[in-house]
Amino acid sequence: MNTLIATTALGVLCLLFEIFNLRKAIIPITIVGLIAILGLNISEYGVEASYYNNMIVVNKFASTFSSLFIVLTIFLVALGHQFYENHQTKLSDFIAIKVFLLSGCIAMVAFGNLAMFFLGIEVLSISLYILAASNRMNLKSNEAGMKYFLMGSFASGIILFGICLIYGAIGSFDMRTIQEAAMSADVEEWFYIGVILLSIGLLFKIAAVPFHFWAPDVYEGSPSLTTATMSTLAKVTAMAAFFKLIQAMSGNLPETSQTVLVVISMLSMTVGNIMALKQNNVKRMLAFSGISHAGFMLMTLIPILPSAGSLLYYASAYSLAGIAAFSVILYVCKNNNNEDIANFHGLGKTNPLLAGILTASLLSMAGIPIFAGFFAKLILFSQTIEAGYIALVIVAVINSIISVGYYFKLILAMYTKEPNETRTGTPFVLYAVAIIAILLNLVLGLFPSFVIDLL
Amino acid sequence: MDVTYLLILLFVGAIATYFSGDKLAPKVALFFGLSTFGLSIYLLDLFNSGQNISFLSGWIAQPNISFALTADGLSMAMVLLTTALTPIIIFSGFGNDFNNAKSIYALLLFMSLAMIGTFLASDGLLYYIFWELSLIPIYFIALIWGNGDADERKKAVVKFFIYTFAGSLFMLVAFVYLYQKAGSLLIADLYALQLSSNEQIWLFLAFFLAYAIKIPIIPFHTWQANVYQKAPAIGTMLLSGIMLKMGLYSIIRWQLPIAPYVAKHFAFILIGLGIAGVIYGSIVAIRQKDLKKLLAYSSLAHVGLIAAGTYTLTLNGLHGAVLQMIAHGFVVVGLFFIAEIIYRRYQTRAIAEMGGIRFQTPKFTSMFLILVLASVALPSTFNFVGEFMVLYGLSQVHILLAVLGGTTIILGAYYMLKMFQNVMLGETNSKVFKDVTVNEAVVLVAIIAVLFFFGLYPKPINDLITPSLEVVLNIIKTKN
Repeated sequence: MNTLIATTALGVLCLLFEIFNLRKAIIPITIVGLIAILGLNISEYGVEASYYNNMIVVNKFASTFSSLFIVLTIFLVALGHQFYENHQTKLSDFIAIKVFLLSGCIAMVAFGNLAMFFLGIEVLSISLYILAASNRMNLKSNEAGMKYFLMGSFASGIILFGICLIYGAIGSFDMRTIQEAAMSADVEEWFYIGVILLSIGLLFKIAAVPFHFWAPDVYEGSPSLTTATMSTLAKVTAMAAFFKLIQAMSGNLPETSQTVLVVISMLSMTVGNIMALKQNNVKRMLAFSGISHAGFMLMTLIPILPSAGSLLYYASAYSLAGIAAFSVILYVCKNNNNEDIANFHGLGKTNPLLAGILTASLLSMAGIPIFAGFFAKLILFSQTIEAGYIALVIVAVINSIISVGYYFKLILAMYTKEPNETRTGTPFVLYAVAIIAILLNLVLGLFPSFVIDLL
Repeated sequence: MDVTYLLILLFVGAIATYFSGDKLAPKVALFFGLSTFGLSIYLLDLFNSGQNISFLSGWIAQPNISFALTADGLSMAMVLLTTALTPIIIFSGFGNDFNNAKSIYALLLFMSLAMIGTFLASDGLLYYIFWELSLIPIYFIALIWGNGDADERKKAVVKFFIYTFAGSLFMLVAFVYLYQKAGSLLIADLYALQLSSNEQIWLFLAFFLAYAIKIPIIPFHTWQANVYQKAPAIGTMLLSGIMLKMGLYSIIRWQLPIAPYVAKHFAFILIGLGIAGVIYGSIVAIRQKDLKKLLAYSSLAHVGLIAAGTYTLTLNGLHGAVLQMIAHGFVVVGLFFIAEIIYRRYQTRAIAEMGGIRFQTPKFTSMFLILVLASVALPSTFNFVGEFMVLYGLSQVHILLAVLGGTTIILGAYYMLKMFQNVMLGETNSKVFKDVTVNEAVVLVAIIAVLFFFGLYPKPINDLITPSLEVVLNIIKTKN
């Protein structure tokens, strides 16, 4: 609760900086503020409480995921220092939007009422629409924003429709009431229709097949930093919310719902990976790779007793690797209009440190040991075999092999091609973000139980 | 004092090498390579005197994974092979002027660390991690410092990576399945599992895919010759000298004791694949025009025989296989170094462009000849001991297998001596060929000394490995 209020207050503060002409200080102060909020949030760990007639529920699930979101936001805000160098006048807006976005994320894991959940997802989505179109002189960015807005608002509509049907069936927006009602045998049929519509809306947000068509275009067109936000923070937030909703409502769902999840998960992995193989634009490639990771994250819902710990671990591993990868992409493509692989040629020679970081983050995404990505997949596989879905694990393994193909395309470009341009300047913040993110990923890889045992 | 110090030392070494700068890097790497070798000798001494040098500690609570490194005779033999070859390989690189030398030597030490970890790990997941970890440094070594056309090299190396990675992932699934069964991945718990024959078949196949690709066994060998040819000499030595032994070692350590059913009932198929490798590798080697490719195919033939030896499930077969792994490790490193020495002088690997070197280089010629003879298992060399025991093991299964396996000696003698003839003999070459430098001679002499010493006196290694092989065989016998 306090976290949510503090985050919103920080967002308002960011807007006020504009008035007091303190643009220079905005990023450092926001980061300090976020670190303080992180501390506050961690201090709430273990507390179980609900506020305002059960609108907000604070529990371990909410506080651990919120911590992950805050950490990701700190990285994203820090990266803004270099990214918005030429947009000083709008800096406070951008940073404030990011902080508000964070408050949406927190609401999406701490809700105790579907109304609160919907508020959260709208705050998150609207912030992202703005950020996607934030490069207003660029046609592609406009296109991305428009596309995302149209598709996203449609998805929001479907979610709202689903919530209405659930209300119609149960007569309450309250999660506890819904959970209890879902357990009983005599629920109205339209409750299930409501759950399906809600799921469709959220699958759209996490870009799982067959609701993924918006992702490549929007990822490619949006400013890189926005793409980073979407593919890390927004994706894991939607996934965590989806996990929480399905957990609560799956009490009496028929067996076939598991089959549907398995099929969506398989399709997301396979389609995402196969499409990624052919991409030459790094952002598009990561968009498709994100689709396949959505498929992997959906696997966390399949075990008999889904464990939020493994989702938290997978989400942290994936998003930390994503942050590290995107900070390198931001550096490399800073002066280019596109993010083609050609820009990465020879990075291994011109900037071995950043090339190494990008390599490490790609290896983590591909699931090579000692990086957290490996343990994330291992735990998923282990749980899924335990639940008896061996076919799904085999599809996942084959997909891991396919994914090596395109991750290595980028690695090869960095180490075997001759550099075609020289880049100057070593933005300190960018290095720091990349190094800290990849180190955190490594530490998670070495001590996986630390995160898994949190939940 | 336990075996973790080996890993720590190599890790420190890799970092120190990276930060010592390009000029100093080879020397720093050599220092750490040699000190690791010294440490491993010291640990061997402790081990022989009956002290416990294994290391066990919890690592991850859920899933239940331990950081377990267990040293037994077999592991120690493989560790010694690695620690002995690492400084030799480092030293062999002194004649090369690598770009960005600090990285290649650091990767080399890191690779050595991963391989030692693979040989020592006694928890399935830890073993898997080291197994995969060894892939990353060799990938970069072959990719960045390799030779030949960049695009072709890229293709070969990526093929290698995806092949081996694909195989390993199936092994990972096998481990996950075993974990569900046993609730732990400690090797002792896995050994104790009683699995149905159906389960064993699938587990065996999952392991087999990983190992058959790494070794390689026919028909999973297609990556090998190209990568051996394209990788720099150092990389080829690492691959052929130590890395493929990871696969052979793992058959004995993991695959056979956990799922012996297939090896017991379909031994002929498995041994047949190994022997097919022997004959195929030898015949292809005869036709090779590229020196490194010829050596690659000869290596394919030799490891085919070793794999056949492990699948005999006889003490002699396993014993011979382990001896031959060590012997082959040394001799193949020597031969690839010979190819590199010639390349340094003539800038070519095509056999047709060589010839007539003998008169210019008496020392080089004699060392080369000794290595060639050792490779074709001349009695009194280490290779003879190993090959003989493998053939003896094969004959215990069926005499025909021994006869077919024995063709390796005949065919091997044919293509190796023909190669020697084409490379060294003939009319004196007009191009000047400088005799070996001191550095190069040290490497070759060290290898030859090892080959002869253990050829004449294999007892220390025998005593080291026999007990652990007997343990493995006993476990295999008690299972269905």
